[in-house]
Amino acid sequence: MSEILAGEPKGHIEVRNFSLSYDSIEGPVQAVTDTQIHVQPGEFVSIVGPSGCGKSTLLNAVAGFLKPTTGVVTVDGERVNGPSAERGMVFQQYSLFPWKTVRENVEFGLKMRGMARSQRERAARTLLGLAGLEAFEKHYPEKLSGGMKQRVGIVRALATGPKVLLLDEPFGALDAQTRVIMQQILTNMWQRLKISVLFVTHDIDEAIFLSDRVYCMTARPGSIKAEIPIPLERPRQQSMMMSSEFLALRRGLMSLIREESLKAMGGEISDMGMQGLNIELHGHSLADVI
Amino acid sequence: MSSPALARHPEDNNVPAAIAEAGPVPAVTPPVAPPTFGTIALRWYRLNQGRLRATAVGIISLLAFLLVWHLLTTYRVVFFVRFTNVPSPLAVYASFTKAIHDPKFLMHVVLSCRRIFIGFSLAAIVGVPLGLVMGRFKLVHEIVFPVAEVLRPIPAIAWVPMAIMLWPTNEQSIVFITFLGSFFPILVNTLHGMSLVDPVLVRAAQCLGARERSIFREVYFPASLPHIFTGLTVGMGVAWVSLIAAEMISGQYGIGYFTWEAYSLVQYADIALGMIAIGVLGLGSSVLIRGAGHLVMPWRSTR
Repeated sequence: MSEILAGEPKGHIEVRNFSLSYDSIEGPVQAVTDTQIHVQPGEFVSIVGPSGCGKSTLLNAVAGFLKPTTGVVTVDGERVNGPSAERGMVFQQYSLFPWKTVRENVEFGLKMRGMARSQRERAARTLLGLAGLEAFEKHYPEKLSGGMKQRVGIVRALATGPKVLLLDEPFGALDAQTRVIMQQILTNMWQRLKISVLFVTHDIDEAIFLSDRVYCMTARPGSIKAEIPIPLERPRQQSMMMSSEFLALRRGLMSLIREESLKAMGGEISDMGMQGLNIELHGHSLADVI
Repeated sequence: MSSPALARHPEDNNVPAAIAEAGPVPAVTPPVAPPTFGTIALRWYRLNQGRLRATAVGIISLLAFLLVWHLLTTYRVVFFVRFTNVPSPLAVYASFTKAIHDPKFLMHVVLSCRRIFIGFSLAAIVGVPLGLVMGRFKLVHEIVFPVAEVLRPIPAIAWVPMAIMLWPTNEQSIVFITFLGSFFPILVNTLHGMSLVDPVLVRAAQCLGARERSIFREVYFPASLPHIFTGLTVGMGVAWVSLIAAEMISGQYGIGYFTWEAYSLVQYADIALGMIAIGVLGLGSSVLIRGAGHLVMPWRSTR
């Protein structure tokens, strides 16, 4: 247990000259192009962008599920060559194993590592206690609420003591109140474990509230449009979300994303052959026009 | 475990509250008198009202069926179908009481059950692993699937002449036909279950450090279990259909043979007795499979 909870910050993620394309009948489709990102050990970094911009693709490449077409992904200098327990992942759909109880879900990674039953049971109980779930250890996931499921999902990903936690819109399916609580739980765990976090979301408030740094991606083919440091002090309070500093960051990010979203939508509109819609930009960004 | 790093931040104060709210924490209630037997019985009745009703309606419906049968045979109704020679429920009951003391009848039943057990078990032992492997490895699927698709539509009964040629004894050919009948539903449903396994669960397992073999055991297999059990249930039904047909054509013993023999020997009550025995045995075996399903998939029976 101690190895999970203590120690120096770890998990230096580096993505260099990254691009990813897949084949289609019309030829290769570029999903992500010419992207560089990095996450310092112990840093909390978010990726935001319009839907379909390839932010999940990028995250899946860091997880090792997708191979980059060009470029490299490294974690602590080691090249990523496939999924591994070093990079824990949390999914939007929770992805708990329905046939395992809450505790068995949390134990899974430890079992894969060959830890003895009694030892991993103890570890799982402790972790579930941290997430306030010890009373539910024998429940099957189906019985839990969305927020509880995702807490199990996070704890399960953390149980093996990964260097990096990757989250793919983890709170997207939760209601607003649960979301706020989950954000605080995640912040707590991150600060205790001192691991680096790469967090994909389309919620700008969430990205600012949680992160040390936010990458904003362009519309497809995705690349990094901007990198925004979030200088808000920690620990962060809910009340900060009304501060002028927060709002300024929010406004900035919002307009960046809006621009890209409109670009993405503009593409779709002309694809559908809607000739009547003529948008003259005259050097303005779309965000200013609409 | 000591964890000094766990000190909470001030803004966390609402976290435990929210957690408490999320869980079924018993509300603070004023102390109440312990419930009497009467109130417990009433509560139990209220909770199980639906099930009690279903049972009651079921019993009434079965009794009504017996009554109609009794009336139709007593008055020897002829209305498109002829009930002139159909045995009455009482006659069937009489031959039933005689049959349960008759070792020959019991032997028919036991032999049929044994054939089902061997044929069905073989089908499950071959069909489930084959389906799992076909679902996981494309090449195996590409090789086996076309053959299976050609053989699958052939009814087990059509295999009777071929089975008699293939196997040296009658017993073996009947078991073989039972096997064939249940094999294809089991295989097809296992394959279907494998094709529906959520790829995100596989990815979740992979990034928790699971390798191919563990993924197979911990994800693909349990994820397919509900469909495997659908296959086993359907397979068991078809196994009985095939068995009875095979016994009627080529058997010397077995409940199908008993039924057919009763017709040849003009023992009409025994025809109905044989039919009812087949029905009860079929029902019993599917209840067994359902029970096994509940045991093997506890996460589904809590619904």
